[in-house]
Amino acid sequence: MPGIAAGLPPAALSLAYLAAAVLFIHGLRQLTHPRTARRGNIFSAAGMVVAVGVTVLWFEIISPIVLFAGLLVGAAIGSWLAVTVDTTDMPQLVGLFNGFGGGASALVAGAELVDLFGPSGPTVAPVETTTAAAATGLIGGVTFWGSLVAAGKLQGYVEDPIHYPGENTLKAAFFGLAVLAGVALVTQIEISVLSAATWVPSYWVLVAAASILGILLVVPIGGADMPVVIALLNACSGLAAAATGFALDNSVLIVAGTLVGASGLILTFIMCESMNRTLTNVLFGGYSADEPSGDVADIYTGNVMSTSPEEVAMLLDVARRVVIVPGYGMAVGKAQHAVAELAALLEANDVEVIFGVHPVAGRMPGHMNVLLAEANVPYEQMAELEAVNPMFSQTDVVIVTGANDVVNPSALSETSSPIAGMPVLHVWDAQTVIVNKRSLSPGYAGIPNPLFTYDNTYMLFGDAREAMQALVTEYKDTHR
Amino acid sequence: MGVVENLTLFVLAAFVGYEVITKIPATLHTPLISGTNAISGITLIGSVVVAGAGQSTLATVLGFLAVVMATTNVVGGYLVSHRMLRRFRGRED
Repeated sequence: MPGIAAGLPPAALSLAYLAAAVLFIHGLRQLTHPRTARRGNIFSAAGMVVAVGVTVLWFEIISPIVLFAGLLVGAAIGSWLAVTVDTTDMPQLVGLFNGFGGGASALVAGAELVDLFGPSGPTVAPVETTTAAAATGLIGGVTFWGSLVAAGKLQGYVEDPIHYPGENTLKAAFFGLAVLAGVALVTQIEISVLSAATWVPSYWVLVAAASILGILLVVPIGGADMPVVIALLNACSGLAAAATGFALDNSVLIVAGTLVGASGLILTFIMCESMNRTLTNVLFGGYSADEPSGDVADIYTGNVMSTSPEEVAMLLDVARRVVIVPGYGMAVGKAQHAVAELAALLEANDVEVIFGVHPVAGRMPGHMNVLLAEANVPYEQMAELEAVNPMFSQTDVVIVTGANDVVNPSALSETSSPIAGMPVLHVWDAQTVIVNKRSLSPGYAGIPNPLFTYDNTYMLFGDAREAMQALVTEYKDTHR
Repeated sequence: MGVVENLTLFVLAAFVGYEVITKIPATLHTPLISGTNAISGITLIGSVVVAGAGQSTLATVLGFLAVVMATTNVVGGYLVSHRMLRRFRGRED
């Protein structure tokens, strides 16, 4: 089946790709406001339809059945996953999709090499193509396997970070192997004994090394660092596509891939800044390495006051401004609907309610916002850290639910603390702070939280959803 | 196109990306990730070419797998973003 549009001048294809690139950029521009964001997503999808549609029509398709079978199977899997997955499982789904993009890029570059060096192809490939293919294989392999491990961690299969002696040396070794295979591919020196077709095996050696590297990189990383990992893998999936664009000499792949790469990298750095850690520290360090083990419970004995839903309801009764600080615990307890119901009740009684959302709360950037939006919290109520911090001194009650490290005052005072310098929510400036938590156990950073001992802090022990539902019931009782 | 033209595109796209993405509020960072994720499925057009025009069986098989993965990425990514963005409502909506 020859390309239907093959009669058109070659510029037509490039122009269609330009149109697709414009639609992508315009779509992203619309994402700058929640009101226009949905339209932006549709613009972006339209760009994809243009790019893929034109490509299908343009190129000679020797095996249309293979192509359309692939498109159908992919579309079926994609829509099934997107429609059936629970909102609380969103981080792992996003992680999984990242991996597919990276994996597809690595396969495309491999297939391109196979074709290029095939029986009818040239014996010497252009250096640009092999270099770009090597970059694609490296980034794509890391992205695919790294994402699978990340998704597995978020799903709860391999929750704990796994550390072992010499882990960084092992990572370096596989990275070295990947680079070596890449050099062999580019210079086309024979390193393989398996086949006369040396360039192709060296590409697969590269992909295999990158795959193992991807697994090794993500395995030691703990759950609360997942926002960084997800953002970084997002960047990688884009960069892999851009590298494929260099290998195939395709403009829209380069533009679109680079946009995604830029987006993922920006998010990665925002996430790192929000924890006051460097990317190297997140990837190769981890909290546990440089932390002395002390008696965590020490500071709490005799200094912690607990409260009950009835008492909190009384406090809320006289409050005029309430700030709710959600954390990963809210997601785990699926408490977002109860929290939103409480917020709506308070609003109905003329209490101002603001959600103070820390950038790294949850398991991916913006995780809390998606959960709250799903529970019908209007986006105007969600405030970022910089916006909400000055408000605490004029706030009557703060309710912290399922968050710990992001409201830890030792980030400001103790320079020896593992979270020193991390921007935190200054909840203690409020009149009263209610902390809803299952127990006094430390958060991800493994350190005690002095906030729990403050004079204006009361602990509301219990599961997030149960505690919030109890608050709703009590508050309804007082406002009958 | 030559390498230099491709590099030019790469650098300019990076600047455009930086300018646009830094203006996106933290509230929308999850839909941003899933939306850009779908865009990275643009590698699908590379897969289409190799799957449809593969000269060898190996290239066709690789192309087929790549088409499946990239399509999953594209369709799933856009649908999931749409599903999330549909829930973002203002007080007036």
